[in-house]
Amino acid sequence: MTTLRATTNQHTLSVLVNDKPGVLTRVAALFSRRGFNIRSLAVGPTEHEGISRITLVADVDDGVLEQLTKQLNKLLDVLKIVELESHAVRRELILVKVRADQNTRGQLTEIVELFRAKAVDVTPDSMTIEATGSESKLDALLTMLEPYGVRELVQSGLVALGRGSRSLTDRPGRERSRSSR
Amino acid sequence: MSDTDASTTMTGAQALVTSLEKLGVDVVFGIPGGAVLPAYDPLYDSEVRHILVRHEQGAGHAAEGYALATGRVGVCIATSGPGATNLVTPIMDAYMDSVPIVAITGQVGSASIGTDAFQEADISGITMPITKHNFLIKRAEEIPGAIKEAFHIAATGRPGPVLVDITKDALQDSVPFVWPEKLNLPGYHPVTRPHLKQIREAARLIGEAIRPVLYVGGGVIKAKAWDQLRELVEMTGIPVVTTLMARGAIPDTHPLNYGMPGMHGTVAAVGALQRSDLLISLGARFDDRVTGQLSTFAPEAKVVHADIDPAEISKNRLADVPIVGDLGEVLTELIEVLRGQEITLPAAWVTYLNTLQERYPTDQGEPLSEEGLLSPSYVIRRIGEIAGPDAYYAAGVGQHQMWAAHLLPFENPAKWLNSGGAGTMGYCVPAAMGAKVAQPDAVVWGIDGDGCFQMTNQELVTCALEGIPIKIAVINNESLGMVRQWQTLFYDERYSNTDLRSTSWPDVPKLAEAMGCVGLRATTPEDVDRVLEEAMAINDRPVVVEFRVSKDAMVFPMVAAGTSNDAIQVARDLAPDWTDEETL
Repeated sequence: MTTLRATTNQHTLSVLVNDKPGVLTRVAALFSRRGFNIRSLAVGPTEHEGISRITLVADVDDGVLEQLTKQLNKLLDVLKIVELESHAVRRELILVKVRADQNTRGQLTEIVELFRAKAVDVTPDSMTIEATGSESKLDALLTMLEPYGVRELVQSGLVALGRGSRSLTDRPGRERSRSSR
Repeated sequence: MSDTDASTTMTGAQALVTSLEKLGVDVVFGIPGGAVLPAYDPLYDSEVRHILVRHEQGAGHAAEGYALATGRVGVCIATSGPGATNLVTPIMDAYMDSVPIVAITGQVGSASIGTDAFQEADISGITMPITKHNFLIKRAEEIPGAIKEAFHIAATGRPGPVLVDITKDALQDSVPFVWPEKLNLPGYHPVTRPHLKQIREAARLIGEAIRPVLYVGGGVIKAKAWDQLRELVEMTGIPVVTTLMARGAIPDTHPLNYGMPGMHGTVAAVGALQRSDLLISLGARFDDRVTGQLSTFAPEAKVVHADIDPAEISKNRLADVPIVGDLGEVLTELIEVLRGQEITLPAAWVTYLNTLQERYPTDQGEPLSEEGLLSPSYVIRRIGEIAGPDAYYAAGVGQHQMWAAHLLPFENPAKWLNSGGAGTMGYCVPAAMGAKVAQPDAVVWGIDGDGCFQMTNQELVTCALEGIPIKIAVINNESLGMVRQWQTLFYDERYSNTDLRSTSWPDVPKLAEAMGCVGLRATTPEDVDRVLEEAMAINDRPVVVEFRVSKDAMVFPMVAAGTSNDAIQVARDLAPDWTDEETL
């Protein structure tokens, strides 16, 4: 008896789409209708005018990933889908407002330096820190900051690029390459 | 590279109608209203025939019926807001059953979008999950391109509904008419040519299989691949089952066609899938109504799955050999590869299926039910026998649909119209109307239930006024029969709200007469042939025949929802005997 495989892991998909009104709605509506759980989604322009890139992270098994990719490919505004390798460059950005007074400011500055983050705003009782990095680095930073009192936190979706000189447009898309000859 | 003529400046509305003419559209179904009104003015002068329906749902199903009876794109038109939302059900129906239709809707002026203007509805947002694609057009110059693209998208690849929502100002503004030579669809590349490696792999599995089955779905009809299917069957001797959407893909009289599988399938068809060691799925989608409990479906079978939509492959059941492509091309290539291969199918497999078929025949349509009343399946069998295999048959949804799927003479492809995936009650009358408009010389019968009939019968007025002489059989069991059957079997015979009391009202023949049709009624087996002959003789008006039948008749075989196909019952609490399996 063959069943759909069940190996859960994290996948990062880079999706090139037409930069048209309603495209993000189509993508988001597809996920909710088909019951796909998405961890992170970031949208922005690309080097080509009229084309946007959606970077999405999904914790799904391989069977679901295949369905998700195929369903996405059926949207006419989706031009290409590539799954990024595990060693691709992945970055998120956080802005975090931490309680900081005379006594703790020095310690916080040390942490900021350690994580190659930046203090972007300082008041007598707070410090706002900007940091970019991988999920694990940002988690570690937050663990260090928590004891001082996190007053506010905002985090971007993950963006990622494959390593090496090739761009996404040079690479075969997921599923299209499998189904065409 | 475009057909530009700056002198032919026209309004967006004229551009819309000109585009429809250029695409060869001969008929559209619709109802005008405020936002779409500009489009109706040039339509008044056009060669395109507009059929004024009585409800937008009727326009949508009529477009489906037209599409199924011609293999071309069906068109429906509605205004903004409620006009557009009334199209939602047929659009969803067309999406589920892959029917190529284009729905054109008026939208409020672009400046009013988002203001909750009168009759404003975000119909492109509403239909996003139930269309293959949709457009919101706010500029007149975009209309020809969008219409051309919409027809292309609807008809190619896996067919489906496309909606084009056009704002009132876009319809009113004047622009030079430009008919684009090329389509601008960089993200749309349906794969039609199958991968030869996969075809060879499929052929290898076919060569090794002992109990193979061709599991044929509606895709074979959509791809018009019935000749290739028949060739494959005759060449290999592999047994065939035809799903609800594929009835007629191969004649029912073909000895290797074991009929419809699924929840109300034949024991032989269900048994063929369950005992198979190789399913060759052609344009089918492993729908839950076919597979029953998925984990116990065809447990020993490897799967070759051919479909034009890659997303259908391995969606519900992992395919061992995925083949993406147009079924006509897939079958042609497969036949070619198999020609060079010796196929010796063990006779025991066909013998086993023949035994199941003989031992567990489906409802034969006896004249009287157990209670001594007129039997619904008898009526449906006689309609099929009298109207014959060249007629078009539309059905509603429920018990009568299942009896029709078993008992009509399925000898020809693409004559059977029904709502499979969506299960839309009310589909029958307007779909029959669309088919008759498409094939005016053919006999078109609608087989409807009394519940379904009361949802959309107003389109009979349209038929009477527009000269569309369809024939509708209302199988009146005075209840929502299939729901009642479930109440009988699973809810302790507690008939909560399924009694329509439709032998009291409406008076179906009088209602038919009031709508400009001939109304007839039969209550005994002796009446049946007489009224059918009478109905067959009338060709200048629509005819409605009411058949008052037993409400206790049930559809069998049946696999209860969510259970294994192995638990199929041939009658209430009666399971088939699967022994003889050892002989396989």
